[in-house]
This record gives sequence, structure tokens and C-alpha cells, in this order.
Amino acid sequence: MNDIKEKVRAYLLQSINQGKAFTDADDIFELGIVNSLFAMQLITFMETKFSIRVENDDLEISNFNTVNNITGFIQRKLNVITTA
Amino acid sequence: MVRIEQDIHYRQQRMAFRKFAESEITPVAEQYDREQVFPAALLEKMAAEGFLGATIPQEYGGRGWDQVTAGLMYEEIGRACSSARSLLTVHLALVAETIARWAGSAQQAYWLPLLASGKKIAAFCLTEPEAGSDARSVAATYMQQGDRFVLNGRKRWTTFGQVADVYLVFARNKEKISAFLVNRDNPGVEVTPVQGMLGTRASMIAHVTFTDCEVEADALLGREGFGFISIVNTALDNGRYSVALGSLGILKCCLQHSMEHASRRRQFGNYLKDHQLIKLKITDMIADAKATGMLCYNAALLRKEKQANALIQTSLAKYYAAAAANRAAREAVQVLGALGCSEDSAVQRCFRDAKIMEIIEGSTEMQQLLISDHGFADLASIIED
Repeated sequence: MNDIKEKVRAYLLQSINQGKAFTDADDIFELGIVNSLFAMQLITFMETKFSIRVENDDLEISNFNTVNNITGFIQRKLNVITTA
Repeated sequence: MVRIEQDIHYRQQRMAFRKFAESEITPVAEQYDREQVFPAALLEKMAAEGFLGATIPQEYGGRGWDQVTAGLMYEEIGRACSSARSLLTVHLALVAETIARWAGSAQQAYWLPLLASGKKIAAFCLTEPEAGSDARSVAATYMQQGDRFVLNGRKRWTTFGQVADVYLVFARNKEKISAFLVNRDNPGVEVTPVQGMLGTRASMIAHVTFTDCEVEADALLGREGFGFISIVNTALDNGRYSVALGSLGILKCCLQHSMEHASRRRQFGNYLKDHQLIKLKITDMIADAKATGMLCYNAALLRKEKQANALIQTSLAKYYAAAAANRAAREAVQVLGALGCSEDSAVQRCFRDAKIMEIIEGSTEMQQLLISDHGFADLASIIED
């Protein structure tokens, strides 16, 4: 879990580094530091980096809006893959 | 990194696309551009070659080609005719690929074989009288009534709207923007052909109006309320890629015609190619062709590998390619002189078509906003990838 969170945090820091600090619990969309196109970029990053597939039913803002939520979502996806 | 231009597999595919374009499109492109009608026979030939389902998985009847191969197809078809390339942009890139990405399994099983084979042609209905670059301001509405949706709204400048069998339509219900696949023969759909456009004159543009248009629940593409975030963004990213490569094709067409003419025509006792001011124009076109190709092929490889920065690299390629195509077309007309202004000349068509590339799938100005903002956030992902 920590490894996933570190990769997610590092990617967000690298991608949206506009001098605005955010915690693992901050909503990056509400902070206004990303746009909807970044959501697609983030999905592509998650799929490629962690070999998961984001499906229609996964499209809930609460899966993508904070470092904690993104990490939890990836972990749940990986758990499904592992137990399948 | 793989050099696309030198990879034997991709070279062979490029030559196959070029052979088709030179034999089936180039000889008739000027004529159907004048007539403003895309030939049904050409559409059928493109379908028979598998172009309409180029990137659709083979299990759905597509060719399953990778993004690099698709890019070469856009480039070579776009080199021959932007109207033909625009068919691929709307049908394949904007609609079919988006269905392949976000539709449910039942929708994919139904739509993808029809689209991949060309039995159904698809078009993209986003633009409205008051919603262009500001796509979020779509005014078309939908309401849920039982297990059906009812759509109302006016869509404008729908490429291949005249011949499409199905439209990917964006509408809002208060703050929610959703996407729907609407059959043309659905009651409440009215199609009005548009003629006299500046460029891509054979792209069968239409205004499409939806009046109390009822569709089944399974017409909804993607999740309700995610029409913009997932569907529009995916579709326009795909579309930008096709337009970038199509612009590269325009540029190379202009370069080819300029060099052929400069090698043939003599003025003041010398071939044009021996005049220094012509050398300058040719040099700029060659440099632009190389630079544009590098941006486009870089985006192609990143897309093939599904890298996250493929989105911004695609925007960058589209931005540069559209501008470069305009520079090349402007200079090509100048090199060819009166001949370049003739309706029988490919470069006059390129001159008009190139302008369209700076407007569609995110205008040049929208790309500038996007690229600049992205640069401030993460310059390395643009410069170093």
C-alpha cells in the first residue's frame, strides 16, 4: 500500500507541481490544480503503471480525487486481480 | 526508440496506405472536392481495406492495428485528401475508438462490428451554436422518462453528418453532461446538409437537430454525468492524433508538389529550384516536415505504449502540425503561382483544408492554453519525453 501511495504521490507532485502544496487527503480537483484532461492522464498513468483497467463503473470522482482515494482504488483493483 | 520511418514493418504499411491513396483517392480528390460530395464507392473501398475499423480489436471485426499504424494511415490518406481523412477521424477516432474504450460489453458487441465493417457510419455531435471550444456549455438537453431518455438540441458542423447512421450526441441534464448513441432513423432526428465550407468540402457536413428524440436506456455511452470527463476527452484526444497526422500529410503533399514544380518550371533562364528565394521556401518546408514528423511519431509511440504523457504530446503534435501545414500550403501556392490557385491543383485544396486543421478537435488557441498550462505544471513531460 505504501509503495502504491509513494508512486501516486510522486506522479501527482511531478505532474501538477504548481507551487501548491496538497496533503494525501486534499481533493486535487476542488483545489483547482488539475483539469478534466488531467483526469484522463491520471487514468492512463494508473492503468499503465499498475497494470489495471479502469472501467466505466469505476468512474467515481471519489476514486480519483485524493492521494488516499487513488491509492485505495488501485489497491482494490489489484486485490481483485490477485484473487481472480 | 523505434524509428518509425525506418522500421520495415511500418514502412510496408505506409507504402500500402500510399498505394491505396494514390490509386483510389488522388485521381478523384479534386473532382469530389468541387462537387462537395464524398463518393460512396470510395467509402466502400476504404471499408473494404479495413480502414474504418483499423484500430478496433479483431474480435469485433476490426484490424487491431496499433496507434503507429493508424497514424501512418491518417498521414497517407490525409496526404491525398483531408475529406477522406476526416471520415476516419469522426468515424474511427472520435466514435468507434471511444466506444471501444468506454462502452459496456453489450454496446461494444453490438456497435463495434457494425462500425468496423462500415455497415454503419458514425459522426460526432458536440458543437452547438453557442458551444464550440467551450464544450462544457452544451445546451442540448436530455431527460430520463422511465427507462428511456429524451433528447432535445441543435448540433452544428457535424462532419459526415449527412451520411452517418449513428450520432454520438452530448447533452446535459442540469449539471450532468452525458453521451448518447442515437440512430439517424430515430424519430426526432433532422439532418440538414451544409455546403460551401472553406475546406474539407467533401466531408458531408450537416447540422443535426434532435426534437423530443427518445432513445432506449442502452443508448447511454459511459456513465451518466461523465460525458465530458471520459467520453469527450477520450474522443478529442483520439481526434487530435488523427488531425495531427493528417496535417503532416497535407504538409508533405505541399512539399512534393512544390519540389516537382520547382524542378520543372523555368523562369529567368533557370529552374525555380535554382532561385535562392525558392530554396528558402523549400528548406522551410523540409524542416517543418521533419520537425512535424518527429512530434507526430513521438506521440504515436507514446500512444502505442499507452503512456500517460501521450495526451499532451498529442496536443503538441496537433498544434505544431496544423500550423506547419498552413505554412507549407501558403508557400506551396506561392511556388506554383497561378497554377497553385487553379481548382485543378492539389495545393489550392491543401491551402483551404490546412486552415480547417487549426480549428477542429481543439483550436490552435485551445492547444496553446493546454500546452502552456501543462508546461508550467510539468515541463519535463513535454520537453524530455
